[in-house]
Amino acid sequence: MDIIFNGKTRTLPKGISIQELLDQLRLDCMQVVVEHNNNIVPRQRLAETSLHNGDTLEVIHFVGGG
Amino acid sequence: MCGSWCFMQIKVNEQNYTAGADETVGAVRDRIKNDADLLIINGFPAAADTLLQNGDHVVLIRRGEIPEAGELDALLTARHTPGVHERVKQATIGIAGVGGLGSAIAIALARTGIGHLIIADFDIVEPSNLNRQQYFIDQIGLPKVYALRDTLVRINPHVRLTACHLRLTTANITEIFGHAQILVEAFDLAEQKVMLVETFAARFPDRPIITGSGMAGYGPANSVQTQRVANNLYLCGDGTTAAAPGTGLMAPRVGVAAHHQANAVLRLLLGHDPVIDKA
Repeated sequence: MDIIFNGKTRTLPKGISIQELLDQLRLDCMQVVVEHNNNIVPRQRLAETSLHNGDTLEVIHFVGGG
Repeated sequence: MCGSWCFMQIKVNEQNYTAGADETVGAVRDRIKNDADLLIINGFPAAADTLLQNGDHVVLIRRGEIPEAGELDALLTARHTPGVHERVKQATIGIAGVGGLGSAIAIALARTGIGHLIIADFDIVEPSNLNRQQYFIDQIGLPKVYALRDTLVRINPHVRLTACHLRLTTANITEIFGHAQILVEAFDLAEQKVMLVETFAARFPDRPIITGSGMAGYGPANSVQTQRVANNLYLCGDGTTAAAPGTGLMAPRVGVAAHHQANAVLRLLLGHDPVIDKA
């Protein structure tokens, strides 16, 4: 299946969860905000939220300092 | 006889005033406040012989004079673009964290005349903060939110301030910022930034959040940008330069990012996209 990941098409295994994708990409869920189909997903729901063909996913990585 | 065409309605120090046609700002000054030495028309200083137009906003200031309370609000915003003050004074803005980013953002927004600022932080002022945060040596040891409140009152006493000296958590964020129509994220740690965004967005998905990420070091100021990174989420910074061993946080670049955030708030309040100037 194909999703739009940070603005680009990406082919992924069917039924993969957001958490599994983050793990594959070695992204630390504590340091990213995930927007799935225009809604921000709380980190405790990342594992239970599966991706579907045509979904849009934005993963925003934050760095420290302020 | 003189009809209505030879009068015009203007505002002088925010009071309605009827002036004669073809009157200069200097003539109005002579009649109302003849010791004024700074004449401002529609947010910009003007020469005394400048002709006034119907609808002009005129502010007459005597330099060095501390104005009376009733007049102060108008004088503080004399250099604003006309129409801005009326809109921003209705607004309630939340600022989560008042370190390098948050203290500068709060000062910019107080100077802009935002109606109500909610500031929250658990920390106290330390000497190592003074290289970039808007505090003073005589405030060392004070909770930052109270030190900042004192400073903001000195700048603009018309801003309503809610200062919360506490650690923001998933349990209290939506309550503390329940009335904030826009939330500004100004934390230090990446994990805290993410926690704040997730918590606020889950409860208030329609309210914009303005975050800061990537403002350490002394890289080019022009690499700090305002981006829309999700539906109601904006990110100000270069996105990558973390505070880390060997890369400190310093006033210039932290200030650039903070003012990107403050300007994004102002643009949203005035109905503009924070990123693009749409015609």
